[in-house]
Amino acid sequence: MITGTPKPIEEILQMLEPYDNIVLAGCFGCVTVCRVGGEKEVEVLASTLRLAREASGKKITIKEVCLERQCDPEYIETMRPYVEDYQAVLSIACGAGIQFLAEKFTTTPLLPGINTGFLGVTERQGEWAERCQGCGDCVLHLTGGICPVTRCAKSLFHGPCGGSAKGICEVDKSVPCGWQLIIDRLKALNQMDNYCKLKPYKGWNSSRDGGPRRIVREDMI
Amino acid sequence: MIMGCLEGNCHFVNGNFRARARVQRVHNILEKINIGAGRIRMFNLSAGEGAKFAAYANEFVDQIQELGPSPINVARKKEAKNVPTGEITA
Repeated sequence: MITGTPKPIEEILQMLEPYDNIVLAGCFGCVTVCRVGGEKEVEVLASTLRLAREASGKKITIKEVCLERQCDPEYIETMRPYVEDYQAVLSIACGAGIQFLAEKFTTTPLLPGINTGFLGVTERQGEWAERCQGCGDCVLHLTGGICPVTRCAKSLFHGPCGGSAKGICEVDKSVPCGWQLIIDRLKALNQMDNYCKLKPYKGWNSSRDGGPRRIVREDMI
Repeated sequence: MIMGCLEGNCHFVNGNFRARARVQRVHNILEKINIGAGRIRMFNLSAGEGAKFAAYANEFVDQIQELGPSPINVARKKEAKNVPTGEITA
């Protein structure tokens, strides 16, 4: 899922300073699962903002909504009948959702209520960790299902660097060496021959280096 | 004022610890928006500790009184004073 963290309330209040009538939009997608932008978070943030603004003597009206997904046009359209009645939209969906709202509602300012993080997994309740950088050229079949791009701090492709010690990465004691994980897993799978295969240079043009990416599925158009 | 079971005695194993974490979150929010972090507090006690409950309640009342009126009430009263009543004053 796409993860994120709430923006500091002071930052949100500063963004909202010019407005007294806004829509606060959540999303039932990834940000609901990682507990940063779902229906409950909309309610908590709206209450917080109302309290803060009332205490400062400058009340704010907030319409609370939570869209099925902010990254799909049909759900965004459900906001169209009323969005122009408000001065701004504060979205606590991921960066993709916020931008899509901004594209669709061109005359209404869109404000981000969260900082979008990474593509990750729920390791345990309340703890998420990165697993994929969306490089566009997956090699998980060769690396025991562990991504060298994401799990190695340097995104190395041919084994650990000199900063790996006792299975720990030099960037942080809490970070396991991605290549140690890969080698351990390959040994367990009896696939160490994969480690010995010389891999060609990775083409990063399918990653961010090629600019904003697009997927077109002719069979679905 | 939030009351939870004694630590380690929760019927839901760690429910009171999770409640404490959530209370802390609200505590932080109230502090950041200048409402006053002291307006929320969690206590742990067992169902048989009636006297302790009364003591905690009194303690919290004292704490709230010491904090004074909430900024929300102050703002509301100020706003009510500014609303024109329609009375004609000579």
